[in-house]
Amino acid sequence: MDIDLITQVLFAAIKTGTPLLFIALGEAICEKTGVLNLGQEGMMLMGAVVGFMAAYGTGNAGFGLLGAMLIGMVMSLIFGFLVLHLGANQVATGLALTIFGTGLSAFIGSSVVGQTIAGFQPVYIPVLSDLPVVGKVLFSHDLLVYLAIVLAVVIAWVANKTRVGLTIKAVGENPHAANAIGIKVLRVRYLAVMFGGAMAGLGGAYMSLVYTPMWVENMTAGRGWIALALVVFASWRIGNIVLGAYLFGLASIMHLVLQGMGWSISPNLLAMLPYVATIVVMVIISADKFKEKLLAPRSLGKPFDPRQMA
Amino acid sequence: MIRVQARTEPSTLMTFASPLLAIMLTLIFGSILFSALDKDPIQALHVLLVLPLSDAYNISEMLVKMGPLLLCAVGLSLCYRANMWNIGAEGQLLAGALGGSAVALMFVDSESFMAMPLTLLGGILSGMAWAAIPTYLKVKFNSNLILTTIMLNYIALYLLIWAVHGPLRDPDGFGFPESALFSDATLLPVLSDSGRVHLGVVLAVLLALFAWFILSKTHLGFKIRVYGADEPAATYAGYNAKGISWFVMLFAGALAGLAGVSEVAGPIGQLTPNISPGYGYSAIIVAYLGRLHPAGAIIASVFLAILYMGGDLAQIEMGIPIAVVGMFQGVLLFFLLACDFFIRYRVVSSRENMA
Repeated sequence: MDIDLITQVLFAAIKTGTPLLFIALGEAICEKTGVLNLGQEGMMLMGAVVGFMAAYGTGNAGFGLLGAMLIGMVMSLIFGFLVLHLGANQVATGLALTIFGTGLSAFIGSSVVGQTIAGFQPVYIPVLSDLPVVGKVLFSHDLLVYLAIVLAVVIAWVANKTRVGLTIKAVGENPHAANAIGIKVLRVRYLAVMFGGAMAGLGGAYMSLVYTPMWVENMTAGRGWIALALVVFASWRIGNIVLGAYLFGLASIMHLVLQGMGWSISPNLLAMLPYVATIVVMVIISADKFKEKLLAPRSLGKPFDPRQMA
Repeated sequence: MIRVQARTEPSTLMTFASPLLAIMLTLIFGSILFSALDKDPIQALHVLLVLPLSDAYNISEMLVKMGPLLLCAVGLSLCYRANMWNIGAEGQLLAGALGGSAVALMFVDSESFMAMPLTLLGGILSGMAWAAIPTYLKVKFNSNLILTTIMLNYIALYLLIWAVHGPLRDPDGFGFPESALFSDATLLPVLSDSGRVHLGVVLAVLLALFAWFILSKTHLGFKIRVYGADEPAATYAGYNAKGISWFVMLFAGALAGLAGVSEVAGPIGQLTPNISPGYGYSAIIVAYLGRLHPAGAIIASVFLAILYMGGDLAQIEMGIPIAVVGMFQGVLLFFLLACDFFIRYRVVSSRENMA
């Protein structure tokens, strides 16, 4: 395996991991407040299609990002209302969001299938991008790759070092105690759900504005679900999520590596790799029951009803 | 002042009224959407809901779509009752189609009377095997069932695509990704000359009734219900949680596998890459709409089948994109979950409350 191939592979792994990173960061915050949103795939698809249409319509990819984040938030509000206000089952509501988003995105996107846009161009960071190997792998990406990393750093700081992070943790670990000390549990959860929606929208926009860049039905191909597994894999820790996202990115492009090394395996079999990797990872981490129980936000998936507090 | 109040007992009336209410709200939503799209809403609803039932041919096509939806939904109903979040009906259906096709292709030139039963058996066993993977991982390693079943849906799809491009491709098929046509001895018998309603549809209804029997009349069904309603109580009573998990999952896998093989050995007649328009996912909605009860699933699967059929007709007659069906399904589930709020809560006015 020569150095060029390694460079290409690592470069592509970071690019492929970036949409996963956006979604997993959003979902991690959402889950830290105790809300499990399985609608990532649906929000991501809506982000992809609306982002593409906004960019296509205005000729400005920036508006695409904005549109994608907005639609992600709108979608997450439907979920939030059902789950937080009406106490609906989080698993079922999340599934509904994914089914709805898959259908709606195909419906509104039919007019732009096959269209292309310029998307985002790579930003070469001066001096650093000229370094051998590292320059190409780390410093020759599009803006969103850097944005994802910056967001990860900011989120890690907020989650671990600030009062906001403490509030999030309190709500997720023990909503009743948080409520007792005057934290508005539902408001915190709403904000976290909306944040997750915006991030899923960004992840979707990355697919349709940068990665492909075009709109195809169901183009996210399960990345929303893989990101959900990634959050568990990372034990809800932001640093692990960054690492995990790029590892999953690497797993997703392994078929290119194997082909580059001269293996002749059917591309359809190799396409299974990221999904198989996800299962293997899930098994490895969940086998340690004690650890997962210890790390998961304690109120995850459980509704909190202030009506029953009185 | 109007406010909501928790009910002391869940409302039985709302349990049954909620799906009807949700369907009505979905139709109102649809009417508004069609008006916004400059399509006559009355005509659109007519095409979507009435036309599928307008003549014998359309009804038979509707029933052909009902079969796989019902089979998958009955299995999922039992799983969800036992708190097994199986989202893998789609993958189990595809595995059934794939495994059944592998058997069917051994009988391409055969008139053996064993061809059809063995093909069905191959499909059922494949569906069960595909369901056994996540069940084993859940029971043994406590893996998240939702995520493993979803991943296995994607893996099954790629496996199927690989098979029709590779080992199961018709050698005389000019390179098209399709298997050879199954022999007549392999195909499921069709019930009437005018339509395509086949044995699989009948089996679906019979199996739904069988599941109803298990759930309401057997000790096993009782255990499933207790386990779902109150897991600590079931554990305290000494119920074998693993056994219940295995039963519901393998049962669901068998039914979904049968759904898959009934498609390839039924209306399609060969293995192709597109054998399911997402029946396994829609079955989740059928299961919920049918209140996780096999009898409810029969009614709900008819409704969803009408919607599928109506979606086809709406595309042909009015140029409405077929994707509208998927969107309506999501909206329907949203409304259903919202209406279910009133099973646990009721709206009271404060004045009445004070009296």
